[in-house]
Amino acid sequence: MTPLLAQTEAASGSAEFWVFIVIGAVALGSALSMVLLRNAVHAALMLVVNFFAIAVLYATLDAQFLAVAQIIVYAGAIVVLFLFVLMLLGVAGDQAFTGRIAGQKTTAVLLGLALFGVLAAGVAAPFLGEGTACNVPVEQRVDAEGPLCEGLAVANADGNVRGVGFLIFTDYVWPFEVTSVLLVVAAIGAIVLGKRREDPGELTDAPASAVPALRDDDDDEAASDEDAAEPAAAGASEDDEEGTR
Amino acid sequence: MTAMAVPLGWYLGLAAALFVIGLVGVLVRRSLIVMFMSIELMLNSVNLTLVAFSRFHGTLDGQVMAFFVMVVAAAEVTVGLAIIVNLFRLKASSDADDVDVLKA
Repeated sequence: MTPLLAQTEAASGSAEFWVFIVIGAVALGSALSMVLLRNAVHAALMLVVNFFAIAVLYATLDAQFLAVAQIIVYAGAIVVLFLFVLMLLGVAGDQAFTGRIAGQKTTAVLLGLALFGVLAAGVAAPFLGEGTACNVPVEQRVDAEGPLCEGLAVANADGNVRGVGFLIFTDYVWPFEVTSVLLVVAAIGAIVLGKRREDPGELTDAPASAVPALRDDDDDEAASDEDAAEPAAAGASEDDEEGTR
Repeated sequence: MTAMAVPLGWYLGLAAALFVIGLVGVLVRRSLIVMFMSIELMLNSVNLTLVAFSRFHGTLDGQVMAFFVMVVAAAEVTVGLAIIVNLFRLKASSDADDVDVLKA
């Protein structure tokens, strides 16, 4: 590596530091707000912010293909699906916390902190400090042929997309083919699950009032208002859903 | 010569923090959809770990693995949200505590 390249690498290294600090803070903040916000739509929007932050981290880690795929797949498709279902079901506002177990929230937070301690000590701590940015020991980094700690510079020499594509269609072609089967199965499964059954009320022992969308016989006046509103919404959603998939 | 400035451990620590936030979200929230979003958060943090290790080792295999995780996550979201919609049709609720049909 020429001295010029070494200089640019050092400079981009310090840039990477600040990007990591800022984007890491954004990722942590958006993740926390996603868990803490009561409104599910707000939580979904925080999830978008988090996905974008992680995409930026991918880009700084020389994974340009994944950064773009992250934005397209997660921020573009998955969050839209989440928002679609939220709007469809109309359950966005004021989601409750905690379950029926006493002290569940406290226990969950304590267990989470314990897990973070274990992960930080066991997984992250060994890779902190000087010379842990790549797996070549510090004293062996430079030999007669030049530096050995070049990150993904060699693997990405023809571009990241070409490198990843080459691996997918050579070493990983069998898993790749299997994922196509998985996607087809998932799509068919979603369509089958989304289909309306003739009388789904028979599948549950819930009282009739609990299945407003599915019963058209009017047991009482109070329930009939909900009955009138729900089938229209559910019917419209049915078409949308099948159209989407 | 300085190599890459940010050590691998920082990325791993950030990913661990995101994973734990997602885990606590699954445990604390009752809404099935928000629990599902937390699961997505956990999958993403693991992807971040894979990509960070990919640069650490100087090979692209970690990125390919993260790509497969993305595909599986997309399939999982499709089926999971369809199940949630179905549950809502049966129970008129998206609350995890209301799904207790198997309770004796």
